Amino acid sequence: MTAVDVAAPAQASTVKTGRFVYIASVFLLCAWVLVPLYFLLINTLSSPEAVTSFPKSFVPEFNLGSLEFFWNFSGILNAIKNSVIVAVLTMIISIAVGAPAGYALSRFDFRGRELFRLLILLTRAFPLPLLALPRAVMFIRSGLDDTVFGLALVHATLAIPFAVLITFSLFSGIPLELEEAAWTLGCDRLTAFRKVVLPLILPGITASAIFAFVISWNEVFAAAVLTIENRTLTAFLLASLAESPLYLKFAGGFILVVPALIFIFAVRKYLFAMWGIANR
Amino acid sequence: MNVRYLPYLLILPVTLFLCLFFIYPFVLVSQQAFSGPEGPTLEHFREVVSYWKFPISLQNTLLLAAVVVPIQLALSLLMATMVSRMGKGRDLVLYVWTIPLGISDLAAGIIWLAIFEQSGFLNSMLYGIGAVSEPVNFLSYQNPAIVFLAIVLAEVWRATAIMLVILVAGIGLIPKEYYEAAEVFGASPWKRFVKITLPLLRPSLQTALVLRVILAFEVFAVVAALGGTLFPVLMSETYAYQFDLLNSNAAAAMALIILGISIVSTIVILRALRVPKGARV
Repeated sequence: MTAVDVAAPAQASTVKTGRFVYIASVFLLCAWVLVPLYFLLINTLSSPEAVTSFPKSFVPEFNLGSLEFFWNFSGILNAIKNSVIVAVLTMIISIAVGAPAGYALSRFDFRGRELFRLLILLTRAFPLPLLALPRAVMFIRSGLDDTVFGLALVHATLAIPFAVLITFSLFSGIPLELEEAAWTLGCDRLTAFRKVVLPLILPGITASAIFAFVISWNEVFAAAVLTIENRTLTAFLLASLAESPLYLKFAGGFILVVPALIFIFAVRKYLFAMWGIANR
Repeated sequence: MNVRYLPYLLILPVTLFLCLFFIYPFVLVSQQAFSGPEGPTLEHFREVVSYWKFPISLQNTLLLAAVVVPIQLALSLLMATMVSRMGKGRDLVLYVWTIPLGISDLAAGIIWLAIFEQSGFLNSMLYGIGAVSEPVNFLSYQNPAIVFLAIVLAEVWRATAIMLVILVAGIGLIPKEYYEAAEVFGASPWKRFVKITLPLLRPSLQTALVLRVILAFEVFAVVAALGGTLFPVLMSETYAYQFDLLNSNAAAAMALIILGISIVSTIVILRALRVPKGARV
């Protein structure tokens, strides 16, 4: 009896400490992600003098000097423009090419289906940015060298396997019966797809398009290898790492991060659905 | 139109695209790596392997992967299990933890540069608590261990999220009944993790590890931002061959070497974590 009396509070207190440790670790891990981002924010929102001064203040002074310098730095605006164009092209190409295959994988049991799926999965096991090297040669032959379109083709190769697997899992989530119902009501395949499947799938497609955008926006190696005059933002920043002042790097890093933050927020609902099945 | 041909028509664009931009470039890169003035040659491989920087960059790349990947595996497993029993605030916590997923390796390098550079936040903190009397230049050739540490931290910070997402999705697929049954029989949380979560998570662990290890061999921009030339890795050497030395044959040979290492490690991981048929969730 007494043993129980003693054990109960002790157990309650271990549960309590366990709970505390758990919550503390969650906060700690959140801080681990957020604090470095906060540091970047401080540096971005400080004047160039403050960025290079020492010791640093741990609150931003809300001075737009660094960003202004970044904005007026020759070539930056063009680089941002190139980055956006390449990313939008990547988005369009990868969805236009990838989504039909995702639909085929989810709706048809055709010969060679497994082989095709294997090929798609296989591309993921290759260090794809390395493909930028031979493509430099390919593009010089075909006049695509140093163009945003050429780079978009490379980035699309990175994004297409994802697009296929993600749309595959998205289409699989829509019951075939819905389509069949539309067929029996006199729709042909295309109309049924347009009127029934498309509205349901559109948010998911948008999410995977955004994913393709981020892949392209963030890619460094291929961009640096394939563009010289028409540098993207990542290629521009990489090329100027050695000589550019710190505040230019930080402002550049910040501009790189912001769209990523927004995009991850926009697709957060789909992140796990996309990855969970897409990675099988 | 005949429905039988429809799926083939639908996968045609991807197949053509991948043939043209994935398989064909591979043929090209191999040609480049093996082609010499007089027919096929191993000269370019001999050249890059015998270069004095090659052993260092190979060692650095492998060491970095060997340190970073286990940390990320442990961390992502911890985070995934924590999230799986979270009720309120789960979405917010998951959003915060997956933020680095969208951040480019270059930006991650720059972010950790803000911490480790001479007038950076680490120095400011150390100065604030009186540990140093003047800012230390951490990222210099005199402090190779700190350069390495900074790169490891930046990599762990940036790329744990990708494993986390795969593992969280994988844990979501494990039937809750298994846990309930284990709880009925009095299994401790640790036991449940080892006996249920880990074995059933094997397919997800497989993909997460393959993906992550391959990305680890491709490490480039983080190193460029933090270490510059202080910490040569395979990818930065490849870049240097292509750009600074304008030797695309050697760059192609390097590319094939990285590819070879990636394939070998993929096979090793797939073998080690093989899921017996019929044991899938």
